[in-house]
Amino acid sequence: MLDVSELRSADYDVVVIGAGGAGLRAAIESSAQGMKTAVLSKSLLGKAHTVMAEGGMAAAMGNVDKRDNWKVHFRDTMRGGKFLNVWRMAELHAKHAPARVRELEEWGAVFDRTKEGLISQRNFGGHRYPRLAHVGDRTGLELIRTLQDHGVHQGIDFHMECTALALLKDGGRIAGVVAYFRETGRFFLLRCKAVILATGGAGKAWRVTSNSWEYTGDGGYLAYEAGAELMDLEFTQFHPTGMVWPLSVRGILVTEGVRGDGGILLNNKNERFMFGYIPEKFAPETADSVEEATRWLDGDKTARRPPELLTRDVVARSIRAEVKAGRGSPHGGAFLDIASRRPPDFIKRRLPGMYHQFKELAEVDITKEPMEVGPTLHYFMGGVRVEADSAMTRVPGLFACGECAAGMHGANRLGGNSLSDLIVFGKLAGTGAADYIRGLTSPIRADDEQIKLAVRSATEILNRQNGENPYLLHEALQDCMEDGVGIVRTEDELKQGISGIEALLERAKNMKAHGTSQYNPGWHEALSMRSLLVVAEAVARSALIRKESRGAHTRIDYEGERDEWLKYNIICRKGSDGHMEVEQLERSAPPKYLSDIANSKIEDLESGKVGGDAPND
Amino acid sequence: MSEKRKFRIWRGNAEGGDFQDYDVDVDPGMVVLDVIHRIQARQANDLAVRWNCKAGKCGSCSMEINGRPRLSCMTRMNAFAADETITVQPLKTFPVIKDLVTDVSWNYEQNKRIRPLKPKPRDADGQHRMYQEDVDRVQEFRKCIECYLCQDTCHVIRDRDGKDKFVGPRFMIRAASLEMHPLDTDDRIPEIKKEYGSGMCNITRCCTEVCPEHINITDNGIIPLKERVVDRYFDPIVYLGQKLFGISKRR
Repeated sequence: MLDVSELRSADYDVVVIGAGGAGLRAAIESSAQGMKTAVLSKSLLGKAHTVMAEGGMAAAMGNVDKRDNWKVHFRDTMRGGKFLNVWRMAELHAKHAPARVRELEEWGAVFDRTKEGLISQRNFGGHRYPRLAHVGDRTGLELIRTLQDHGVHQGIDFHMECTALALLKDGGRIAGVVAYFRETGRFFLLRCKAVILATGGAGKAWRVTSNSWEYTGDGGYLAYEAGAELMDLEFTQFHPTGMVWPLSVRGILVTEGVRGDGGILLNNKNERFMFGYIPEKFAPETADSVEEATRWLDGDKTARRPPELLTRDVVARSIRAEVKAGRGSPHGGAFLDIASRRPPDFIKRRLPGMYHQFKELAEVDITKEPMEVGPTLHYFMGGVRVEADSAMTRVPGLFACGECAAGMHGANRLGGNSLSDLIVFGKLAGTGAADYIRGLTSPIRADDEQIKLAVRSATEILNRQNGENPYLLHEALQDCMEDGVGIVRTEDELKQGISGIEALLERAKNMKAHGTSQYNPGWHEALSMRSLLVVAEAVARSALIRKESRGAHTRIDYEGERDEWLKYNIICRKGSDGHMEVEQLERSAPPKYLSDIANSKIEDLESGKVGGDAPND
Repeated sequence: MSEKRKFRIWRGNAEGGDFQDYDVDVDPGMVVLDVIHRIQARQANDLAVRWNCKAGKCGSCSMEINGRPRLSCMTRMNAFAADETITVQPLKTFPVIKDLVTDVSWNYEQNKRIRPLKPKPRDADGQHRMYQEDVDRVQEFRKCIECYLCQDTCHVIRDRDGKDKFVGPRFMIRAASLEMHPLDTDDRIPEIKKEYGSGMCNITRCCTEVCPEHINITDNGIIPLKERVVDRYFDPIVYLGQKLFGISKRR
């Protein structure tokens, strides 16, 4: 019988789960506010998926085009998110991002520069002006290293290769975390007053994904089990340009920066097919001829943006449609060509990572040949439902930020808005947790039973004589999601997907990992399957409910955006019977100034006719 | 399309271990990490290996492949002869935890010893100004993905057990990225000499050779630092200037 007093344990004010950009920024803030702070990281510090972010972080600093400001950024974000974003989150993000980016510079980040010596900003899909602060095509690495190197001097405890298993509560409030060290398999009890979830998405539920093994929806699962709500899970972003060949690298990201820097998409007839897929809403701001798109690339400010820079959902569906029509590349994608558009030196300087990646993984020289690309599951717009300003869930003491939180990006995220999301809401979550703790009036203590339960349910997987192979369950889930909950969806397929997931949830109760608990990937896989299945179920159930096509959620049986659905978010929570409850929740109306800005004509916004009454804080 | 290949993988832990043989099907385009994953899924569920991004960007999957420190995600199977056995073992310089996973925490300790950037004040308009040509070199160092292959191959650390005398190439270029940072106002030369052990490196350039990011660690990073140390401590005019007029640092 387990004796809780014999577990390794530690006391903190705040425990941050996840060490990507959001988690690190949250921990830095929490620590700066005087809170004793720990970070749990499944990997080594500095390896989180943030390093994969390539293009940049969006912040309306106006260094390259002075016409840019937070209102235009906010408008772009709402339009990109098909107006389903939590208004206040998109507002906070657009307003705070420039200060957060400048702060990184103070902490050692070295962004690419303009001729005047300022932080350079690049064009990206859905952003009206050059807005992405960047470092070549390795901006995410710069972000994570900057936060890491700053964070290690802030008195934060980093627990590396340590996975959270369960959240503990005292009454309704957060009281701690049970985790285990992957290296030794030993359990670790962290008693604390607040937990900040920053665990990213759950891309590993699909086979073709840009996500690594870590992205198994842990934050969503922990929050769900603790009584918080998940929101907008039906919005899963398929990035249009993942590698498609060779098979072993299928899904790995090809940065949107390739298109931002002039890359074009071609089908096997050498046609620049994106001109045929411009949605009506974006037609006034998109070039309608190759000639105009070329002038834009040459810097003509009167020219409109090329259609390759339409939002990710549009480009991903267009590539899929071309492939379906038999006009795809040899391995089932489209051609992405920058070789014919830019000189080799330019490509190597601006896109060194891509040059390297294709050269070494696909033996393709992107300065000479086109790349083959296709859609890959990249990002979760949905996640844990939080209050915008504090990042707190409905469970007192439980916070979430970054990709694992919902609301900021609505139905579709713009490229470049993720890195800025991490630092804006990471900081707000840190502040939110500190404020919450300062407001506590009674002591918090988790009882032993919860702790024992968390440990027991993890060790059962090792102790049972035989059972399901977690690797095979994972493969079955990936089949289920690719077939049933893919880039385009129908009621029948979603229902099949849901019954498939239900069957897997049953089988997962009997998972078996062989070997001991010391650095045992089979056991780790089994534990992460618990998270992945819950989040996958939430995606499928939410997708079934939303009977329209909006942003990243495409229902071929309900085409087009439907106004009545703009009124709702879809929420999943754990019901009292242990099953998942799904609810259509009515959204609250935005303040008038925000709705005016989001719906304005760009000329009216820029002339000051609209938005002049908006507060700037 | 797939073909049978032979792998020898070191299995064991801190107490000891040995190589085990695996026959495995390899598909076209696979890298060594793919093959290890296939072995893990089909033959050895508990085979321990670190990895993350699988695209050479995170530096997790470092190991020694046929005796060379490499990222397994960037090592293509077609780089080897068709009948060649692939031997895979953990980084030699760091203590083994299990199978291909080593304890690299010493590196994190070194990083903590390096003081953070101490930036000069912003310009009156709230901006920092730096010019691209002045940050190119610093950006080269900041490409580092902390795979620690350079640390693994460094003779001082690997063969001469110099972990207490030298922070290693990774942290020399980290120090260089701060020392050469246009905004930094800190004086780092004394530590680079006395604490980080710049004199220990004897410029064999092995670190530069194994760097998957192709950072010119030795020539662009370590040698210039050594020169700055020499200028400071061994140049009589500079020494006198410092003593008499308090002239510090470069520029």
